[in-house]
Amino acid sequence: MQKKAPAKVWPNRSYRTLTLASFLFLFCLWFTLSASGVVKELFLPAPSSVWQALQEMYREGILLAYTLDSTYRVVVGWLMAVVAAVPLGMLVASSKKAEALLTPVVEFARYLPVVAMVPLTLLYFGIGDLQKFAVIFLGTFFQLVLMVSDVVANVQRDLLRAAATLGASRWQIYRLVLLPASLPGIMDSLRITIGWAWTYLVVAELVAANSGLGHMILKAQRFLATDRMFAGLLIIGLLGLFTDLFFKWLTRVVVPWSEKEGGKA
Amino acid sequence: MSKLMVEQVGKTFASGDIVVEALSDINLRIAEHELAVIVGPSGCGKSTLLNIVAGLEQADSGIVTMNGRSIEGPGADRGMVFQSYTLFPWLTVQQNVEFGLRIRGITAKERQEIARHYIDLVGLGSFAATLPKALSGGMKQRVAIARALANKPEMLLMDEPFGALDAQTRLVMQELLLTVWEQERTTILFITHDIDEAVLLADNVYVMSRRPGRIRNQIQVSLPRPRDHRATVSPEFSTIKKEIMEMLWEESRTAAIER
Repeated sequence: MQKKAPAKVWPNRSYRTLTLASFLFLFCLWFTLSASGVVKELFLPAPSSVWQALQEMYREGILLAYTLDSTYRVVVGWLMAVVAAVPLGMLVASSKKAEALLTPVVEFARYLPVVAMVPLTLLYFGIGDLQKFAVIFLGTFFQLVLMVSDVVANVQRDLLRAAATLGASRWQIYRLVLLPASLPGIMDSLRITIGWAWTYLVVAELVAANSGLGHMILKAQRFLATDRMFAGLLIIGLLGLFTDLFFKWLTRVVVPWSEKEGGKA
Repeated sequence: MSKLMVEQVGKTFASGDIVVEALSDINLRIAEHELAVIVGPSGCGKSTLLNIVAGLEQADSGIVTMNGRSIEGPGADRGMVFQSYTLFPWLTVQQNVEFGLRIRGITAKERQEIARHYIDLVGLGSFAATLPKALSGGMKQRVAIARALANKPEMLLMDEPFGALDAQTRLVMQELLLTVWEQERTTILFITHDIDEAVLLADNVYVMSRRPGRIRNQIQVSLPRPRDHRATVSPEFSTIKKEIMEMLWEESRTAAIER
């Protein structure tokens, strides 16, 4: 039964080695290109300058403050979308009426580029946190409704039928079978959409903001401080990586029984 | 009186303009404690018939009664084992088997005892705390049988439950089912397209015709019980098997030509 354990050790280690190698390769490429002078310092700062820029910004106090500001906006805006979209998605999947009522509207709305709605959100909500929440909400909510309803609709029908033949009522089937059976797919949807939330946030901060990583990059551009722009990108990338790892871990905690084994995708 | 009575049941499916008559004038009488097996060519509507008995689908005409009461929908009195694996993957073997009992509000202690009994009965005593993802196909179906039986159903409905298993595992599962049935004496309605399986298990084999499905013949299998795999090499077994094969062969040949 525990046949998996020994077989997994080696592939896991080689997987990690390859991952590390790909990062190392990128770093070496960066180092060589900037040290050899093939690319000008203005376009590609040396790794050491970016490191210095990070230290400077840390001393100025903006590195931590801006990172926290951005993270806060992503988490709150995305959570608002999740809280609204998950129940709606489940409803759409389990009721024909709800599907007829909501799906066409959602399909229409999800093709509106969020970027095109940024000016409107500025008009409605100003340049504060609320506007950032709105942009993230608009960017993830509609997609999430459809993703969740898809997940729920794809739950193996025979699981529900089996529950019915064991005497479960409609509500019991919903609560005791449909809901847990949908969880692995919903976790996947959450992991994917929080990634989008980061993108939309940075777009919103680039357009108008008083703080945040997007704002930092834009300000650096005005002063041609390429090292700071790189530093900003680096942090956004790292935050994305950590978020993804966090969600993979969370998936393993929430649905340890899943046959997919916690989002290998 | 028969345990299960199916009288003049018919069912048609319509998709767009195409209307398919799946079942036509089905009549069945299954006695208490009987192990009844329905065999038929693929697409003859045998699963539809079982679903109607389970209450998962509605017949368009005719009546189905169990113990004289007509069947309106699915219920705990008719347990079902499906061909696909239907264990709840987030529950352990023990919790899966307890599922029906929990819904009926049976106390934790009693639940545990009943589940334990059936898990032992299907030979999975040491896997009570295991999650389904760590079980083989045959083990999953054992749990599915235990889960259905733990509810103490009046009837056990089985829809090609061993169809996805390899030949050796299938034989082991057939023997297991026979052992379980000898002990529990639950009335079983079993569906298969495997003639060997039908003859090995059945008190009565009901042969269905191709679409629209009808019950074409009823063949009594009087091989001595208890039976095990050795029964499959006896001359009586071969005679009955040949008889059923002839019937099915006729059905599938005409079906293949018309298709």
